[in-house]
Amino acid sequence: MISTENTTTNEFPGHIEEVPGGGIVLSKLDELVNWARSNSLWPLTFATSCCGIEYMQVAGPKYDFSRFGFEVARATPRQADVIIIAGTIVNKMAPVLKRLYDQMADPKYVIAMGACAISGGPFFYNTYSVVKGADHVIPVDVYIPGCPPRPEALIHALITLQDKIKMGMTREQMKSGL
Amino acid sequence: MSNEELKTIISEILPNASFEETGEWLNIGLEAADWIESANKLRNFESMPFNFLFCLTCVDWKTHFTMVYHLRSTTTLDNIVVKVKLDREKPEIITVSDIWRGAELFEREVYDLFGVIFLEHPDLRRLLLTDDWVGYPLRKDYEDPINMIKL
Repeated sequence: MISTENTTTNEFPGHIEEVPGGGIVLSKLDELVNWARSNSLWPLTFATSCCGIEYMQVAGPKYDFSRFGFEVARATPRQADVIIIAGTIVNKMAPVLKRLYDQMADPKYVIAMGACAISGGPFFYNTYSVVKGADHVIPVDVYIPGCPPRPEALIHALITLQDKIKMGMTREQMKSGL
Repeated sequence: MSNEELKTIISEILPNASFEETGEWLNIGLEAADWIESANKLRNFESMPFNFLFCLTCVDWKTHFTMVYHLRSTTTLDNIVVKVKLDREKPEIITVSDIWRGAELFEREVYDLFGVIFLEHPDLRRLLLTDDWVGYPLRKDYEDPINMIKL
C-alpha cells in the first residue's frame, strides 16, 4: 500500500484498491498533477552574476540536478517552469526579469538564490543601482541564503520547491478558485 | 625591467614627471596640461612603445579627482601607471582616444560615472546609465534618496 498521508515524499500520491482479480490505482487528480509537475521542472537558463557559476555546477555531472527532474534548462522563458534568480538584480535588469517572468507559462515558480537576490546582499548599502531583493519585482517561492550558496543548498532549495508544489495548490490553482 | 630602470628611461623623455614607487608598478605623476604631449611620447617611444592602455579609471579624493592610466608595452611587457590630478570643480582633460582607440569607451564610462569631461572626445555620451540620468553616481558626494540606503 502506498501512503497518501505524506505528500512531501517522492512517492506516488495514491493507493491501490484491491479488487478481485487485481487492483485499481486510486488518486486525487490535483495531487497527481502536482506530483507530475514537481518532478518535471524545467529551469530557465538565467544567471546575472557569480551564483550562476554555482548554478552551472549543479547542472553539471557532480551535483546533477537532472536526478530530481530539472534536467532540461531552457533558453527561452516560454518553455521554462522555474526561474532561478542566480545573482544581483540591478535597476536596469529589473524590467527584463519581470518580462521574462511574464513570458513564462503558468504554473511558474521562482527561486531567489543567494544574498543579492534575497535582499541586495553585499550591495544593500550605499549603492545606487541594485534592487534590494528580487521579490520587489516578481514573487518568490523559495529563498536560498549564501554568498554564493553551496550547490547542496541549491539542490535543497529545488527539493523544497518540489515539496511545496506537492503540498498544495499552485498560484494559478488558487486564482482559478479550485 | 625594474621600476628603477624604467624611472631612469622615462625621466629622460618626460622631464616634468614626478615619480612614486609605492605600488607594484612605477607611478608617474603628470600635470593635465602636459598630458597629451607626454601620452604621445610614451606611445611612440622607440625602444619601448607603450601601445596598450589596459585600464583607464578615475578616483574621487573629495578634494580633487585623479585620472589613472595603466599602460603596457607589448614589446617589452613593462607596465606603468600614469596619474593626472584634476580640479574637482571643473574636471576636464584632453582625450587620449586618438592615441589608444580603446580609451574611447573607457572615457565614456568615466564621464558616465564621475562626470569628467574629455575634451575633443569623438562621442562623449553616457555609456552604462540611462541617457536621462541626473548626476554622477561614483562621486563621493552623490546622493540618491530613492535607491541608496546610507550606512
